[in-house]
Amino acid sequence: MSTATASTDSKRDSKRDTRLPASNRAKAETRLGQKLVAPAIVVMLLVTAFPMLRALYLSVFNYSLTAPEDREAVGLSNYLTALTDPLFWKVTAVTVLYMVVTVAIELVIGFAFAMVMHRIIFARGLIRTSILIPYGIITVVSGFAWQFAFTYQNGFVNQWLPFIGDTFNWFGDTTPAVIAIMVSEIWKTTPFMSLLLLAGLAQVSEDMLEAAKVDGATWWQRLWKVILPNMRAAIMVAVLFRALDAYRIFDNIFVMTAGAVGTESISFLTYRQTIEQFQLGMGSALSVLLFLSVLLIAFGIVKLFKVDLASARQEG
Amino acid sequence: MRNKVGIFIGCVLILLWCLLPVAWIISLSFKSQAAITNGSPGFFPASGDGAGWSNYSDVLANDQFRRAILNSIGISLIATVLSVIIATLAAYAIARLEFKGKKFVLTMALAIAMFPVVSLVGPLFDMWRTIGLYDTWPGLIIPYMSFTLPLAIWTLSAFFREIPWELEQAAQVDGATSWQAFRRVIVPLAAPGVFTAAILTFFFAWNDFVFGISLTSTESARPIPAALTFFVGADPFNRPASLLAAGAVVSTIPIIFIVLIFQRKIVAGLTSGAVKG
Repeated sequence: MSTATASTDSKRDSKRDTRLPASNRAKAETRLGQKLVAPAIVVMLLVTAFPMLRALYLSVFNYSLTAPEDREAVGLSNYLTALTDPLFWKVTAVTVLYMVVTVAIELVIGFAFAMVMHRIIFARGLIRTSILIPYGIITVVSGFAWQFAFTYQNGFVNQWLPFIGDTFNWFGDTTPAVIAIMVSEIWKTTPFMSLLLLAGLAQVSEDMLEAAKVDGATWWQRLWKVILPNMRAAIMVAVLFRALDAYRIFDNIFVMTAGAVGTESISFLTYRQTIEQFQLGMGSALSVLLFLSVLLIAFGIVKLFKVDLASARQEG
Repeated sequence: MRNKVGIFIGCVLILLWCLLPVAWIISLSFKSQAAITNGSPGFFPASGDGAGWSNYSDVLANDQFRRAILNSIGISLIATVLSVIIATLAAYAIARLEFKGKKFVLTMALAIAMFPVVSLVGPLFDMWRTIGLYDTWPGLIIPYMSFTLPLAIWTLSAFFREIPWELEQAAQVDGATSWQAFRRVIVPLAAPGVFTAAILTFFFAWNDFVFGISLTSTESARPIPAALTFFVGADPFNRPASLLAAGAVVSTIPIIFIVLIFQRKIVAGLTSGAVKG
């Protein structure tokens, strides 16, 4: 309703605009609009664009906070050091692994949860309330809960899982430690995924499903030929957000292994360089590389799946 | 019939998924500290290993932890209020006005929602130390505002687009002043959206760890998530698990309260905004 009146208003304005250079009213509206969004823009840029430019600047220095007088410009050598170090590539590979595995599992489980929540008739409030608990819980708390659950000294996982000895040490080797971190990550973020998918599921027309059923489509065919294609936009938005979020994984690693036994992610490496080792030059170079890789992933997902975020939002 | 059974099993699985780890951390918080040191595997405290409420009283008697709760509540609330006020102005403009730069604001908000937070802590650490914001409340409030604004703006503009704004004019035609029309008609319609944005913003601020750990060094501003990791020493393999579990449960109580009271609003906000907090 409101958008309809707004658009006819603006159409009238633009018609007037063709006769006059720019109506006073349109000008005043632009001024007011810009004034209203200005504080938001300033605050958002203050903490992102400005520090990012500063990181770009610092990244060409050899600059350590423990010896600030020794700061010297070194050109691109920080980047060269990072990009030729096998550690950087190993950490990037581990991060990509975290991202791909967690998002894939979350998508499947999240979709199953969304299907259940969509069809449920009883205890709706109870289910939705409980699904918000992992979403709202502090990631650090989730990390602790799962770390303790996996330790053989005080946890329960070894006792519950068959074929695993009671004294198996999950944090002694890369593979089990990575699995434990992924479990915490998946537990905490699947509810978010399932709520986004639930919104997408609500957009699929019941008539179309009914028609497919009448035409003799099996449950499996209806899922793949009707439901999934019709909620493509919602799935893509969910994947995009979760993938970028998973690529930044930090909290769980910090809490559960502190980056030991090869579980370090790119975010954790950057943090370690800057905050723990005070290597601001090198840390800034890593920050820039991290930023660029996030851009690359976002660009890749948007191009690959042709997600139109604006239209996805209108529908969702 | 088969369908109903499937849904019932699905519901049970969802409940297990969501509540089992919560039950575990609560159960862990009742194991005695001596039992933890000696090793006490199992979901429930073994007989004789129970601690009663002693872990909770120890945690609440700890000055560092009490201070961290205060910091978290204060910082999160202030950041939420400021962020929602600024976002309301911007979202009103986006939903109601035609102006140059509207697309730019929305795109920028989206870009910031995806920003790798860790890549900012280095330069922010350096800047905050120079201008004296390091280890202070404003030093955390400012980054929390920047990172919750995108979510708040998207959620609010989605809500504002649905408001029948003609009602404002209708009220004025009926003789209300513009202030009355705004106060009696628009505010009640917009309030649920503003409220939802506030809850999601608060969750973000309460959950943040990266800024909390990088931009503070003492208990004067350290929030709960960072305090939990400090409170136990640096060695991740030898921690007073049950004490920490009690701290974790205490820090989760506000979240559970909010979820219980505002479940409907949160779900609506998450699904209309489609932006992560």
